[in-house]
Amino acid sequence: MTNIVLLLILLINFYALGTARLVAGIRAVALQGALLALLPPLAHGLHGHTLFLTLVSLSLKGLLIPWLLQRAIREVRIRREIEPLIGYVPTLILGTLVTVGSFLFSDFLPLAPEHYRSLFIPAALATLFSGFLLLMTRRKAITQVLGYLIMENGIFIFAVLLAEAMPLTVEAGVLLDLLVATFVMGIVMNQINREFAALSTRSLTALKE
Amino acid sequence: MLLLLMLLPLAAALLALLLPWHQGRSWLLAGCASLHLALCLFAFDRMMPLGSWFGFDALSHLVLLVTSLLFCGCSFYAVGYFNIHRERGNRVIVFCLLLFLATMTMAIAARHFGVLWVAVEGTTLASAPLIYYNRNRLSIEATWKYLLLCSVGIGLAMVGILFFAYAALVSQLQPVSLQLDVLLSQAPQLAPAWLHAGYAFLLVGFGTKMGLAPLHSWKPDAYGEAPGLVGALLAGGLTSVAFLAILRAVQVMTAAGDGPLARQILLVLGLLSLLLAAVFMVRQPDIKRLLAYSSVEHMGLLAIGIGIGGLATFAALLHLINNALTKGCLFLSAGNIQRAYASKRLSEVRGALATLPLSGGLFLAGFLAITGSPPFGPFISEFTLLRGMMAADRGGIALLVLVLLALVFVGMAATALTATQGEAVKLDTPYADRPLLVVPPLCFLLLVLLLGLYLPEPLQQALQAAAAVVEVRS
Repeated sequence: MTNIVLLLILLINFYALGTARLVAGIRAVALQGALLALLPPLAHGLHGHTLFLTLVSLSLKGLLIPWLLQRAIREVRIRREIEPLIGYVPTLILGTLVTVGSFLFSDFLPLAPEHYRSLFIPAALATLFSGFLLLMTRRKAITQVLGYLIMENGIFIFAVLLAEAMPLTVEAGVLLDLLVATFVMGIVMNQINREFAALSTRSLTALKE
Repeated sequence: MLLLLMLLPLAAALLALLLPWHQGRSWLLAGCASLHLALCLFAFDRMMPLGSWFGFDALSHLVLLVTSLLFCGCSFYAVGYFNIHRERGNRVIVFCLLLFLATMTMAIAARHFGVLWVAVEGTTLASAPLIYYNRNRLSIEATWKYLLLCSVGIGLAMVGILFFAYAALVSQLQPVSLQLDVLLSQAPQLAPAWLHAGYAFLLVGFGTKMGLAPLHSWKPDAYGEAPGLVGALLAGGLTSVAFLAILRAVQVMTAAGDGPLARQILLVLGLLSLLLAAVFMVRQPDIKRLLAYSSVEHMGLLAIGIGIGGLATFAALLHLINNALTKGCLFLSAGNIQRAYASKRLSEVRGALATLPLSGGLFLAGFLAITGSPPFGPFISEFTLLRGMMAADRGGIALLVLVLLALVFVGMAATALTATQGEAVKLDTPYADRPLLVVPPLCFLLLVLLLGLYLPEPLQQALQAAAAVVEVRS
C-alpha cells in the first residue's frame, strides 16, 4: 500500500514535468500533497502524532497552498508556460535520469534493515530532484514555485521516515514556514506582474555583471 | 531570560503592526533593539538554557552579541531613515525588522537542528520584504532571486539535517534525535556514509545563505538593491547566523572524527570565494555590489580560518566580529552616499569626500578597515589568520591568500577611491548628512578601530572559549 502511494507520487512528478498547463500543474501538486498526507499513518500506524501530520499536511499541501496559487494565477490571468528553457521531452528524459539516479544512489548507501524493500528513500530523493529540475528549467515564476513545492514534498517524504527525530512542534514549524513562504512568494509574484505585466522571470535580467 | 530575549522582539513586532503612529513605530524599533542589546550584555555567559532545544554556549554567545550590537546600531539609523522616507510608511518594514531580529535570536539560540532550520528559514522570509523596500523593478528582481535561491538552499539543508538523523537510525542508535548534544555524543557511531552526505547537503544549504562561492549569486543583487540599512543587517548579521549553522555541522563532523574532511571542504570553498570575489571586484562600477563581493570575500576568509583550524579558528571568530561591524559602517555610509547622489554607480558618484565629508569619510575609512589596513580590527584578525596558517604549516595557502587579498585591495581601491576622491560635486538633493544617519556608522567604525588597537581580556577569553567549542573532540 505504501509503495503504491509512493509510486503515484513519482508518477505525479513526471506529470508536473511534462505539462504546459499551469492549472493542471497546480492540481498535480495538490494531489501529490494529499497523497503525502497518507504516508505518516501508513508508515507508523494511526495515532496522535501521525494523525496530526496527516491533517495538517492535507489541509496545507493539499488545499490551502494550491488555493493560494490558483488565486495568484487567476489574478494575473495566465494559463500556460510559454517557453521553457528546455523542451518538455528533454525535461522528461532528465526526470527519468534523475529518478533512476535516486534509485541507484539509495542502493549505494547503507539503509536501515526495515527500509530495504521500501520505496521511501528513492521516492523522496527522486521527488526532491524532480522539483529541483522543474525549478531550474522553467521561466514562469509560478512554475518555479511549483518546483519548490515538489522539492519540499520530497523532503516531507523523507521526514516521515524520521518522525521520531522530528518532534511535532518542529514539524509544525516546518509546515508553517512552507505556508508563509508560499504566501510571500505569492505576494512577490503579484508585484512582478504589476511591474512587468508578464509573470515571467525572463524579464528579470537587469541585474547581472 | 532566554525566553524574554526571543519574545521581546516578537511582541514588539506585533505592537508595531497595531501602533498607528509613524514616529512611535520608529522609536519602538530602536527601543526594542537597545533593550535586546542590554539583555545580551547583562546575561553574557550566564544565560540559562530553555529546555533542551534552546541554550547558549560560548560560540552562540559571541554571535548573539555581534548580531545584537549590529542590529542596535542599525535601528537608530533606521529612525533617521524612516524620517526621510515618511511617504513610504514604516509599518511593514518595522514589523519585518523586528521579526528578523526574533528569528535570528532563535536561530542563534537553537540547539536542535530542526529548530535551527525553522528559524533560519524564518530569517529568509522576514528579510525578503526588506529587500523590496524601494519598490522598483530592480528590487523585485533581487527579492525574487533571494527568496527562491535561499528557500531552495535551505530546503537542501533540511535534506542534510534529515540525513544526520537517518545516520543515527541506520546505526540503530537510541534515541534518534536532532538535538545537538545528543548528536554530538552519538557522533562516533553515526553511519559515516549518511553523515558525510548530510554534511555536504548542509554545507550547500547554509552556504547558500552565507553566500560562499559558488552559491553566492543572489548576494550582489540583494545587497545592491536593498536599502543600506538592510544590506548591513544581511552582510553582518544574517551571514554570521548562517556561519554558526555551518559550524554546528562541523562540530558534529569533528565529534565523529571526520573533522579533517569537514575542514578540507570548507577550505576549498573559502579559497574559491576569495578568488571569485577578487575577480568580480576589479573594475566594479557599483559601490554596493562592490560591498556585496567584499562580503563574499570575507565569508571566504571565515571558512578558510575554520578550514585551517588551531589559531586560525580563533582568528576567524575575531574576524566575524570585525567583519560584521565594518560592514555595518560601510553599508550605512554607502546608503547615505547613494541617497545624496541618487545613484550608486561610479559614473555619477565622484568626490564623495569633498561633497559629503562625513559619509564620504566614513566610507573611505571603512574601505581601509575592511581591506585589512592597520590600525583597524580586520588587520589584526587577518594577520592572526595568516599566523595560524604558518603555525599549521600551510605556507602555500598563506601565500595564495595574501596574493588574493592584495588583488582585492587593488580592485576595491580603484572603485572606492574613484568614488570618494576628486572635486566636490554640486548636488541638487534635500538629503544632507544628519546626526542619526552618521552616528551609528561612526560608532561601528570606532569599535572596529578599538578592536584593532586593543583586544580586551574578557573578549579574548570569550573568543578562546568559542574556538574551543568548534575544535573540541569527544
